[in-house]
Amino acid sequence: MAGWRRHEGQAVRLPLANVDTDQLIPARFMSVPRAEGYGRYLLHDLRRDESGVMRRDFPLNTVDQASVLVAGANFGSGSSREAAVYALVDAGFRVVFAPSFGDIFASNAVNNGLLPARIDADTSDALAEMLVGFPCKVQIDLGTCRATFGNHDVPFTLDENWRIKLMNGWDDIDLTQQHAMAIDAFRERYAETSPWTVPRKRS
Amino acid sequence: MSQPRTLLDKLWRAHEVLQREDGVSLLWVDRHLVHEGSHHAFAKLASRGAAVAVPEQTFAVVDHYAPTRGRGRIADPQIARMIDTLRQNAGRHDLRLFDLDDPSQGIVHVVGPEQGLTLPGLLINCGDSHTSTHGAFGALAFGIGATEVAHVLATQTVWQKKPKAMRISVEGPLGPGVTAKDIALNWIARLGTGGAQGHAVEYAGSTIQDLSMEGRMTLCNLSIEGGARFGMVAPDETTFAYIKGRPYAPDGPAWTAAVEEWRSLVSDAGAAFDREVVINAADIAPTVTWGTSPEQALPIDAALPDPAALTPAKAEAAAAALDYMGLAAGQHLAGTPVDQVFIGSCTNGRIEDLRAAAAVLSGRRAKVPGLVSPGSQRVKAQAEEEGLDRVFTEAGLEWAASGCSMCVGMNGDLVESGKRCASSTNRNFRGRQGRGARTHLMSPAMVAAAAVTGTIADVRPLLAGRTP
Repeated sequence: MAGWRRHEGQAVRLPLANVDTDQLIPARFMSVPRAEGYGRYLLHDLRRDESGVMRRDFPLNTVDQASVLVAGANFGSGSSREAAVYALVDAGFRVVFAPSFGDIFASNAVNNGLLPARIDADTSDALAEMLVGFPCKVQIDLGTCRATFGNHDVPFTLDENWRIKLMNGWDDIDLTQQHAMAIDAFRERYAETSPWTVPRKRS
Repeated sequence: MSQPRTLLDKLWRAHEVLQREDGVSLLWVDRHLVHEGSHHAFAKLASRGAAVAVPEQTFAVVDHYAPTRGRGRIADPQIARMIDTLRQNAGRHDLRLFDLDDPSQGIVHVVGPEQGLTLPGLLINCGDSHTSTHGAFGALAFGIGATEVAHVLATQTVWQKKPKAMRISVEGPLGPGVTAKDIALNWIARLGTGGAQGHAVEYAGSTIQDLSMEGRMTLCNLSIEGGARFGMVAPDETTFAYIKGRPYAPDGPAWTAAVEEWRSLVSDAGAAFDREVVINAADIAPTVTWGTSPEQALPIDAALPDPAALTPAKAEAAAAALDYMGLAAGQHLAGTPVDQVFIGSCTNGRIEDLRAAAAVLSGRRAKVPGLVSPGSQRVKAQAEEEGLDRVFTEAGLEWAASGCSMCVGMNGDLVESGKRCASSTNRNFRGRQGRGARTHLMSPAMVAAAAVTGTIADVRPLLAGRTP
């Protein structure tokens, strides 16, 4: 995964709170291999009517090629399905602004280079209002944790370790392998002090 | 004297391989549970040419896509492929697989405890948000995404920032017909679905101490619906009695040593929590969700809220939920007709749950159709030994095999669009049980009451003269 520091893209609003991962990608699409792309399943049942046609009035359908989402609180609550992040990333999104995120969703997002940027609820409401009928470009700088929506300067927050990880594009497995000796030492000590933690072999 | 520590502190410290400068810890994983949905993670592992680091501590279970009827021949090729992929990955990496024909197959969060794989003091990961269930044993158990699953497979460790500690204390006896499910829905309704975000919740107090392991698992299971990735209960004699003699649990001298260590897994007196919530058990009634978020829950005797009377932030969501659910503001929950019922899931598919539902259904007929899918094949066998299957079938409900089934609908057990389902599951999200499905979450006994009356109903009058 490539790291990034700055991003410029089109913003779109999703003025809903508690957008759960079942909305981000309904369960029935999750058996698809990632290579086929998950973008078309993003918010499938909210964006499309029963016959699969895009709803014209759904905010996400009013802007082409958006890469920045402005959503309500508790975005990505619910299941641990990383497919919810794949759907966003494969649809071209790099940043989600929201007052709060589901814990597992946020860590999945960072693992896929998607920035879960926290803003306060009033800012979220104001941006959502501003974006009605006024699609605008946004510049995001991970180095300073600031975004610029048109003339508006918007600070955002995220955990420092996530900020560094996103900028460096770290792969956790590579990182962990550098600690192989510490892991081995831990395991040896642990096996001595807590041998019962290894499952009993069944006869 | 050393600083008093929380249960979370103790569990964290015991698994910490190292802590990075940025405060993130590398933790040793004792049990890793995988299922069909873990296919993305196995694909990542394959793309790196990596092996599973510790196969003997990794267990595979067929549950999310498990057919509950007609297991011999799976008609849907996508479902068959998902299950086959897990078989291939388990075979390739030499993992113990609880396959469809295994008498111990079931939902991963039912199988783990049942097999003695879940123990106090362990760190348990699974690519499923309801992994918090295992915290009922005093384990550090949390759901992870596919990238993290691949990481655990490859290294048997996980990077994690320590959450804040939160304690929810529940005191006093629960009223008749009030269960762990109602405790969970009650606190989530109070604090909101994001109420415990960033926290690990320890459940404490006399009510929790009096709960069975099944009840504690239900409570910890639902932690994530209140935003907490972790739920936990300090282990005690109830915990030890549940574990003793289970297939993978320690025995002999190892058992004695383990129990001694487990007894120290309590929050010390005076340990500081970042947040404390106290609930009086007497204030909790049988609780039902009315909307499309678990926080939209009310006592059974309540009327539905008028969005106009709510804060602006809640009003829009409430109006949308009422519209989706086909309900009106001011309407009473009790008496709302349902089309069908479902009993099962990792939340409420254990033997005690089936007993509670059967106690209501015994000698009665259901007015609506319904499905009962036990949490595991072991639970199914136990229920059949007790004659519970006959109670369900004589009431007119279908008795099926075990899996995640109608909680998530991946195996094809779906609720049709516009249909209303009284369900013992964990999520009433829009479309969770099928596109357009209307889900009301409640305890298994309350689902049984809905079956018997054909409406959302208070179970308490139906329990008169019966032993729940």
